[in-house]
Amino acid sequence: MTETNAAAIGAKQAETPDARRRAMFWRVVDDYSLIGIFIVLFGVLSATVQYFFSWDNIVGLALSVSQIGMVACTMMFCLASRDFDLSVGSTVAFAGVCCAIVSNATGSVALGIAASLVAGALIGFVNGVVIAKLNINALITTLATMEIVRGLAFITSQGQAVGVTSEAFFTLGSAELFGLPVPVWVTLACFVVFGVLLNKTIYGRNTLAIGGNPDAARLAGVSVDRVRIAIFLIQGLVAALAGIILASRMTSGQPNAGQGFELNVISACVLGGVSLMGGRASISGVLVGVLIMGTVQNAMSLMNIDAFYQYLVRGTILLIAVLVDQLKNRRQSR
Amino acid sequence: MTDAPRLEFRHIGKTFPGVRALGDVSFAVRAGSVHGLLGENGAGKSTMMKILGGEYIPDEGEVAIDGQAKHFRKAADAIASGVAVIHQELQYVPELSVMENLLIGRLPTRFGLVDRRKALAWTREKLDALGVDLDPRAKLKQLSIGQRQMVEIVKAILRDAKILALDEPTSSLSHRETEVLFRLVRDLRAQGKAMIYISHRLDEIFELCDAATIFRDGRKVADFDTLEGVTRDQLVQRMVGREISDIFGYRPREHGKVRLAVQGVTGRAVPAPVSFEVKAGEIVGFFGLVGAGRSEVMRVIYGADRRTAGAVHVDGEAIKASHIRDSIQHGLVFCPEDRKEDGIIGVRSVSENINISARRNHLVAGLFVNDRNEAKVADTYIDRLRIRTPNRRQEIRLLSGGNQQKAVLSRWLAEKDLRVLIVDEPTRGIDVGAKNEIYNVLYELAERGVAVVVISSELPEVLGVSDRVVTMCRGRITAQFQRTEANEADVLAAALPEGASATPMRNT
Repeated sequence: MTETNAAAIGAKQAETPDARRRAMFWRVVDDYSLIGIFIVLFGVLSATVQYFFSWDNIVGLALSVSQIGMVACTMMFCLASRDFDLSVGSTVAFAGVCCAIVSNATGSVALGIAASLVAGALIGFVNGVVIAKLNINALITTLATMEIVRGLAFITSQGQAVGVTSEAFFTLGSAELFGLPVPVWVTLACFVVFGVLLNKTIYGRNTLAIGGNPDAARLAGVSVDRVRIAIFLIQGLVAALAGIILASRMTSGQPNAGQGFELNVISACVLGGVSLMGGRASISGVLVGVLIMGTVQNAMSLMNIDAFYQYLVRGTILLIAVLVDQLKNRRQSR
Repeated sequence: MTDAPRLEFRHIGKTFPGVRALGDVSFAVRAGSVHGLLGENGAGKSTMMKILGGEYIPDEGEVAIDGQAKHFRKAADAIASGVAVIHQELQYVPELSVMENLLIGRLPTRFGLVDRRKALAWTREKLDALGVDLDPRAKLKQLSIGQRQMVEIVKAILRDAKILALDEPTSSLSHRETEVLFRLVRDLRAQGKAMIYISHRLDEIFELCDAATIFRDGRKVADFDTLEGVTRDQLVQRMVGREISDIFGYRPREHGKVRLAVQGVTGRAVPAPVSFEVKAGEIVGFFGLVGAGRSEVMRVIYGADRRTAGAVHVDGEAIKASHIRDSIQHGLVFCPEDRKEDGIIGVRSVSENINISARRNHLVAGLFVNDRNEAKVADTYIDRLRIRTPNRRQEIRLLSGGNQQKAVLSRWLAEKDLRVLIVDEPTRGIDVGAKNEIYNVLYELAERGVAVVVISSELPEVLGVSDRVVTMCRGRITAQFQRTEANEADVLAAALPEGASATPMRNT
C-alpha cells in the first residue's frame, strides 16, 4: 500500500507550496516516467550489451518495429474509443499475399499495392459497420474477421508463399532515404500524422470522448457510429500498408505472416499507457511502448537468448506495465 | 451502556492532490437517533461517508465506535465493526434474486447444493419481521430503484449493522417508496440503530432527523443537537454561507414569437402524438410523475431517439428527425437527466466537456482544434457559472454533481446560436446554492431570447421557475397553466392518473 501512503504524505497540506511542488512532482512522474524508463533501459543496454549501441543495430531495431509501430498508431485510436481489433495480424498477411498475386498477375506493383490497400480498408470497414451499426462486441467481431481473413490469405495463396517477380517491389522494403530505410520513414510519418489527428482534430478528440462515454458523446452531437467506422477503416488500411512492406522485406507474400501480431501491437499500446477502458491515450506513450518492446527483443537477440524466453520476458513487461498503470490510477483516486 | 456516543468522528482531515476535502471535522451520533448531514455538493459529506465505510483512509483524526477508536483500512473492516454505508450507487447483482442477494456468500446448502426451500423460508421470515413487502424470488433487475435500495438496507441490517448511513436515498424514489423508506428508518431508530442521513431535501431532514450537522467547504460549520425550533432558512443560510431569500429568484420577462413548435411527435416510447409550442424568452416547466413520458418526448424532439411521426420546427425551420447534429445546428440542445450516464465524459477534462460541441465553429484552417480559444471558453464558463474545479484540465468525474451539471450547461452556452434549451431534471441531486445558480443561468438565457424547457419532478421547482407549466401523464399532455393560475393542487391533480386522489406529495 505504498502508493496510498505516498499520496497521503504528498497531499497532507495541499495549500502549502511544498505540497504543491510535490503534486507537481507526481504529475511529472506520471507524464514522463515511461520515457525515463526507456532512456534508462537504453543507457543500460548500450553500456552492457555488445554491439547494441551501433548505428547499424539501431537502424535494425527501428526496422524491426516499423510494422508494429504503424499499426500501433491506429490501434491506439481503436483502444482509445473503447474498442478492440484482433484482425490486424490476418490483414497484414492477406495484404501481403494479395499484393504479390495482383502484382504478378498485372505486372504492375502499383496496382498490387492499390489492391491490397483497398482490401485492407474493406476489411476494416466491415469490422466497423458490424461493430457500430449492428452493435456486436468488437472482440467477437474482430475475432471472427481474424479467422476469416486468415482463411482468405491461405485460400488465395493456396497455402504457399507467393514470390514476387518485380524488382521494384523489393526496393519498397529495403531502399534508404537519408540513411534510414523507407519503412522507418513510413512509420515515423504515421506517428506524426496520427499524433496530430489525435491531439489536434475533432476526429481525435471525439475518439477519446467516445471511449470516455459513448452515450454522452452521442448526446453531445458526436457522430459516434461514423467515427467508429472510420477508426476501423483506417486501421485496416494501415494494417494493409504494414503487410505490403513486410511482404516487400520478405520478398514474398506469406499467408502465415503476422501470427500474434495483433497482440504485440496491443501490448505496445498498453505499455504506452493507452487505457483499455477508453478515453486515455497519448502518441508519445505509444511510441515509447513500441520502442521498449523492440529494444528488449533486440537486446535479447544480441545476447543470444533463446527466442522461447523472449515470450516470457514480453509477457512479464506487459504485466508490469499494467500494474504500474493500475497503481497510478489508484493514487489519483484515493 | 457507556455514555460514549455510538459513533464519533474525531478531527477528521482528508486531502486529495490539490483539494482539501475535509479539515478537522468532529461530530457524534447517538444510538437510536437519525443524524442529518447537510451541505452543498463538494462540501465533504460523501468523503465523510467513504471514510466511515473504510473506502478512504483519513489523513488526520479517527472514527470511534462506542468510544473505541477504529482505524479502518478497507471496506471489510468497517463492515466487521457494524457499519453499513448505503451509497447513491447501489451495489447488487442484478441477475440474482432478492433472496440470493441477501444471502450472498452464505446460502444454506444441503448435500453441497443450495437449499432453496430453506433460503426462501429464511428470507421470507426476515422480510416479514422488518415489514418489507418484497418477493424473495424476484430478480433485482426486475425491481424498482426504491425496492433495490430496500434490499440493500435489509442486507445491511441482516449483517447486524448498528450504524447505518444513507447517502441521498430518496433521490430516485417515488412518493410511495419514500414513505416506505421513512417508515423503515423510524423502525430502525426505535431499535436503537445510529443512523446518518444525507439529503438535499430539507423537508426530509425536518421530518426524519433528530440532530444535524452542516458542512461547508470541507469543514463543519454548525451542529444542531435538536431540530426543534430551527427554521429552514437558518439551515440554508449556514449551508451556503450567504443569504438566499428565495432560491428560485424568479424574474418575469417579455416573451417573443414562437421558437420551438412541436407537432404530433411520436416515437417508440411516445405512443400518442405530442404537440406544444415554446416562445422566445419563455420558460416552460414539464411536470409529471416518474414515467409520465416527459424525458421520452424530449429525447425524440432532440433526435436522441427515433421520431416515427410529426414535425419539430425551430424558428419555422424544420428539424430533421432522429438527427442530433441537425438539432444542434439549429440551436436546439438537450441536457439529459442522468448526468453520469448521458451527460459527462468522466475521464476527460472539464475543458473537453465544455468544448466538445462548440469547437467545430472555431477550427484553425478548417481542420485543427483551436486550443487557445478552447482554454479561453472553458475559463470563461468556469468563472461565470462558478464551476468549482482546481483548473480546466481536471478530469470532470472528480467534480461534484452540481459542478458537473454546470459544465454540461456550459457546453450548450458555448454554442454561438443557442435557440432552444431543454433541460431534464437539471437540479437533481444538487445542493441549494448550485440550484440557485442554475436557475439564474436559465433566466439569463431566457432574457437573451432562448426558449427554455425544464423537466422536473419537484413541484415547487416547476412552479418556482416556469412561466408556464405543462403537465403530462402516461405519455400525454394533460393540462397547461400560466404562472399566475398555477397552484400545487391543480398541477398535481392534472399530473396524476385519473381516479387517483390529489393529495399533496409532501408537506412543504
